[in-house]
Amino acid sequence: MRAFILRNVLQRLLLLFIVSILAHSVIHLAPGEPSAVDPSNPRMKPEDIAKIRAAFHLDDPLYVQYVYWMRDLMSGELKSFKDSQPVLEKIWRRFLNSLPLFLCATLLVWTLAFPIGIQAAIRRGAVYDRTTTVVAYTLISVPGFFLAYLVILWVVNTFGVPVIGLKTFGMEHADALFRTMDRIWHLVIPSLIFASGGVAVLSRYIRSQMLEVIGHDYVRTARAKGATEDTVIYRHALRNALLPFVTMFGLLLPGLIGGSVIIEQIFAWPGLGRLGYEAILARDFPVILTLNFIAAVLTLAGTFLSDILYAVVDPRIRTGLQGDA
Amino acid sequence: MAPRTPRAHSGSGRDEALPPSETLWRESLRLFKRDRLAVLGAWVLALLLVTALLGKTLTEWVIVFDPSVVRLPEKFLPPLSPASNVDIHPDDRPFGGIYVLGTDELGRDVFARMLQGAFVSLSIGFIAVGISLVIGIVLGGLSGFYGNVKFGVITVDTLIMRLTDVMLCFPTFFLILTVVALLPPSIYNIMVVIGLTGWMGTARFVRAEFLALRKLDFVVAATSIGAPDRRVIFSHMVPNAMAPVLVSATIGVATAILTESGLSFLGFGVQPPYATWGNILADGKGFIFDAPWLFFIPGFAILIVVLAFNVVGEGLREALNPKLRTR
Repeated sequence: MRAFILRNVLQRLLLLFIVSILAHSVIHLAPGEPSAVDPSNPRMKPEDIAKIRAAFHLDDPLYVQYVYWMRDLMSGELKSFKDSQPVLEKIWRRFLNSLPLFLCATLLVWTLAFPIGIQAAIRRGAVYDRTTTVVAYTLISVPGFFLAYLVILWVVNTFGVPVIGLKTFGMEHADALFRTMDRIWHLVIPSLIFASGGVAVLSRYIRSQMLEVIGHDYVRTARAKGATEDTVIYRHALRNALLPFVTMFGLLLPGLIGGSVIIEQIFAWPGLGRLGYEAILARDFPVILTLNFIAAVLTLAGTFLSDILYAVVDPRIRTGLQGDA
Repeated sequence: MAPRTPRAHSGSGRDEALPPSETLWRESLRLFKRDRLAVLGAWVLALLLVTALLGKTLTEWVIVFDPSVVRLPEKFLPPLSPASNVDIHPDDRPFGGIYVLGTDELGRDVFARMLQGAFVSLSIGFIAVGISLVIGIVLGGLSGFYGNVKFGVITVDTLIMRLTDVMLCFPTFFLILTVVALLPPSIYNIMVVIGLTGWMGTARFVRAEFLALRKLDFVVAATSIGAPDRRVIFSHMVPNAMAPVLVSATIGVATAILTESGLSFLGFGVQPPYATWGNILADGKGFIFDAPWLFFIPGFAILIVVLAFNVVGEGLREALNPKLRTR
């Protein structure tokens, strides 16, 4: 087991290195210079641009820039091109904003998708199954921002509450209870929208997993020995259907950055996705690169976690590893 | 998947005792038809294809509907409103003198723009998926067939699979957004970037299929009679590895259309003069109260089309699933 973990970690570190080189070259080779964002500004003289380029090492060869980036990232000294703020601190502040949204959405996905998917599998072909199928496909197929606008219109018109942003402006001096409630209310709609696609995909997946398992011999055996339907479904079938989902826990992590650009943009949510979008607009290479790097770290950590979880949960893999090591 | 046997009778289903009495595709078609939702989706897609081709013809080659005519006196007209006879030049009148889907903030005919956009949106989906299919099939096939060939110290298989892992590390939408934003705005860049970031699934499917197929009798037989690799790969293995690829391609087109609309929303989609459903929708969001049709028509159009692609994809997955065969 230890050899397995060690090999896995080393492999992933190598991958991370390649990813960072690739990301760095893609961003720097693409046209569109950070110093050319504001070309019409009359106060930008050529010597200013030269000064900026020198300060950001933009005239050095690519591999030197890469070394600078890595050195600054590791020592935590990396500065944003846009406002010279430390990048890691900026990302950390935004991360704290994104985290509740992400946690809330993830919680919704996993608590809603399982009952819906299991019920659909049990009642295969019935009205419930067909309705959830159609609803799930619709949620998968709708453009995210279209759905978000529809929901915002509906919520604002029906309940008359503000839904945009982190909190209502001007509530700073209100009672702590009201401030908390305001924050929670602002969290509900974006996380519902964020979660909708995930619920749809995951519940379909759970349904097909359950259908696959329900046809197996051990489920028939459980029925034959007279176990109640609940025991059959939840103890015998569900346990075995759960196996692939262990891996999905790990794969959720990178959604923190990539999945939220549009949602955070619509809801004016100052999170990581929006930070990335703003950085792209400003050609703020250090922020873009670091976000990309963090996303890669999260992905690799996620797959690593799921590999380990798989080995823990599935005895077949575990024994295979012991023989291996 | 057994090699195909010639059909004995034209009437299928008569010889239930002899399973391979119908060809693979005929059987898949029969299974596909059992899913009514998927059949409906297939009809929608057929209709869409006709619409897109008609749209290309009627808006660019034989201009019946001109999406680029600006009629400022006629802006924000709701659907089905008649065109005025006095305010605009007679040449600018829409076909039939009526705005079927209304006009937008510049008085352009939304119906004409939707027609033009159908072709553009669909070609973004098809070309992006085409690119990712080619890359995915070539890399997956290489990895599955020549995986053991040593290339220096590492095998071809390791090399390609690690490349796939590297690509999977990038947050896809963020990467697409970054590259599209940095490159000069062009519809081809969007297609290529979506294609280049979407091939990993296909490569993995094809590799897995190839690894399984290599051990099957008909491939071993073809190799043993001395068929060249090229022939074994392209006439024996590729056709048999197509089922999962076809499914992921269908769903990939849907994803590409959604990605394009997401890019349009953020302002990095296809730029004018091209109209796509995504950028009509993204432009329409500013007029959601004054001219709701500018928002709802493209929104529901995208929803229906993407839904059709997804439903057909799932229907194909069921129909091509070997576990459901011969039932």
